[in-house]
Amino acid sequence: MNLSAIPGIPFLRRYLGPWVLWLALAGLPVYYGLRDLISGYASGYAHGHPVIHHDLSQLGFNLVQGLSNGAIWALIAMGYTLVYGIIELINFAHGDVFTMGSFTAVSFWGAIGLGLATGPLGLILGLLLTLIVAMLVAGSLNVLIERVAYRPLRNAPKLAPLITAIGFSFILQNVGLLWNGGNPIGVTDLLHQGQGVFNISGVKVHRADVLAIGVMVPLVIGLNWFISSTRAGRAMRATAQDPEAARLMGINVDNSISLTFMLGGMLAGAAGLVYAMYETTVWYFQGFEAGLIAFTAAVMGGIGNIRGAVLGGLLIGCIQELSDSRLGPQWTEAVVFGYLVLVMVLRPRGLLGEETREAG
Amino acid sequence: MSELRAQLHEWQQKISRYNRSIAGAAMVFAIIMPLLVGQAADFLNATIVALAYVVMALGLNVVVGFAGLLDLGYVAFYAFGAYCVGWFGSGFFFKAHVNILSSAPSGAIGIHINFVMVAICAVVITSIAGVLIGLPTLRLRSDYIAIVTLAFGEIIGTVAVNGTSIGIGGGQTLTAGNLGISALDLPHFPLIGSFSLLNLRPWYWLVLLIVFFVLFVNLRLRDSRLGRAWVALREDEVAAVSMGIPLVKTKLLAYAIGAAFGGISGVFLGFYDTTVNASQFQFSFSIFVLAMIIVGGLGSIWGALMGALLLSYINYYLIPDVFNTLPQMFGLNFDLTQLSFGIFGFLLVIVMILRPQGLFPERRRRMELTGEIAAEDAQLVEVGGQSAPGGSA
Repeated sequence: MNLSAIPGIPFLRRYLGPWVLWLALAGLPVYYGLRDLISGYASGYAHGHPVIHHDLSQLGFNLVQGLSNGAIWALIAMGYTLVYGIIELINFAHGDVFTMGSFTAVSFWGAIGLGLATGPLGLILGLLLTLIVAMLVAGSLNVLIERVAYRPLRNAPKLAPLITAIGFSFILQNVGLLWNGGNPIGVTDLLHQGQGVFNISGVKVHRADVLAIGVMVPLVIGLNWFISSTRAGRAMRATAQDPEAARLMGINVDNSISLTFMLGGMLAGAAGLVYAMYETTVWYFQGFEAGLIAFTAAVMGGIGNIRGAVLGGLLIGCIQELSDSRLGPQWTEAVVFGYLVLVMVLRPRGLLGEETREAG
Repeated sequence: MSELRAQLHEWQQKISRYNRSIAGAAMVFAIIMPLLVGQAADFLNATIVALAYVVMALGLNVVVGFAGLLDLGYVAFYAFGAYCVGWFGSGFFFKAHVNILSSAPSGAIGIHINFVMVAICAVVITSIAGVLIGLPTLRLRSDYIAIVTLAFGEIIGTVAVNGTSIGIGGGQTLTAGNLGISALDLPHFPLIGSFSLLNLRPWYWLVLLIVFFVLFVNLRLRDSRLGRAWVALREDEVAAVSMGIPLVKTKLLAYAIGAAFGGISGVFLGFYDTTVNASQFQFSFSIFVLAMIIVGGLGSIWGALMGALLLSYINYYLIPDVFNTLPQMFGLNFDLTQLSFGIFGFLLVIVMILRPQGLFPERRRRMELTGEIAAEDAQLVEVGGQSAPGGSA
């Protein structure tokens, strides 16, 4: 629609254009921050009267929780964005690969005997081993799915692989259903995730938050290094830009695509482990919602762009947390998707733009 | 391999010669089918649901198949259609007393209007909703359209669930959320009277009538100026616009018309399910309908029809009613309902890998594909010339 025909719109666009988006994104935290400062909020009772605070620590707490929750979405979103960047497919089975990562992690740490009685050194080593196993299993599963369901359809109409992806999503959900039953199951709280680690001016940071950020940051740095500096990473980028030209230059396009699925799956596996420790429950349907949120994050950041996926994941985590604690969890989904529509209207290529074939 | 193809081609030509008579026979069979099974047979029930899905698939096919706008939020129009039934065909608006040619007793509380009028309301509301959802996607390219439509579908689903806390004045809420609006009217027609849930045949004929109507409209649309404009936009937006096709109007019409079909089907399903419950409007519904038109052959009307019939029969009849009795037949004590998800997913994968272009691909696409096959065959003849003597045809 030609918005410029409406009087006043060109003026607004010209002067507010670049800022509207950031104003809108900052809207929620600024509004609730001001409200906390001015009218205050209650935290429990003392001598029969509610204790009213006028500070920003509740907002800070929301944001810390949001960032750590968003770190999980960021890990999954990177898988979406990697796969989209290289074969332009919305990998609907990705969320369920993440579920499989969670299930593998929980079963594996049970099998090697990690429990509440394990000492700190054993726990750290055991969890590192679990992380590696979950990543390898989820990565290999993703490669297998690509081999079976997407590769035969590479020259088919564009939406055909979308349907095989949905098919595999159903199959993996069924595997999950048979593996751990139809209801969410509790997981041993190995880390005592709710225990505080440190306080920053009244904002308590939990072990779970440290875990999520502590797994996400090295993986993002590692991935960035891999893609920008190694030979295989360069081959992946070349394939993403132009598969035909890459093939002519002697790059094995099939291997590059498999590697991309491996990396995406490994990130999903890591996210699966973190999710299991963070939420202390797992169930076969968790990947559906997580996949939807992470896909939204990838698109919001600019699909095909890894930094965009991380930014999108962290942002959505914060939006969710603010909405959960202020508006009520039943509205969170609508708020997140409302933000997505807003971002798409104001910046059709996502926050950080995209790095895919059609755009370039 | 090439002999097999030649054989297939011959059969295809033979069949296409009798196309009209086959279509006529299928229509006659479709009309008399319910007389061959019981009044409330499971099969009849599954067929009614399948036909309602055919209408959904034909509507989505206009948006995704003709115009090439990947819509992942089609459930929104199902929701609007079904809520039209909840709002205008039950006692939900407890302050109103409206009754126009409905099955409700005169003087009953709520708004009760006739099936046809509910359907017209739904067409108006869903077309407007379709345009409103379409507007923000106009600047976006393919897969971004998918996520924005998905977002709208989810927002509308969330609003439906939380509608109990949205007041619209005088203690009236917007929806009944997960409790559902029940005690809906039954379709009522002058001379015929009200439908009953004990005899499914009238329901079947009603939905069949809707299918014929929507099919007719779809076929006319496909060959119209508008239909060609959609295909042109889908194939090459820049070229189409430079040839003078109005981009905004054409795209928005696709959204509106596709949405209207979804609304009609939603009205029928709303009446048929006898309850309008917010939990029905999930993302997986959009995915299910999308799978139908892709399995059938994107952009092909007969493909959408067959894809919808196939997937709904698999989901509503084959898996629950037929597969689940299989283990007992072989004397096994094994519950197949645990596997129904996986079986459905497995079938989707198999169908797409065996026939990536869909079961009944659109004519244009089939021409492209057979062109490729002919080229391939020529190569085969060249390479395998020694092993296939006389293969120069």
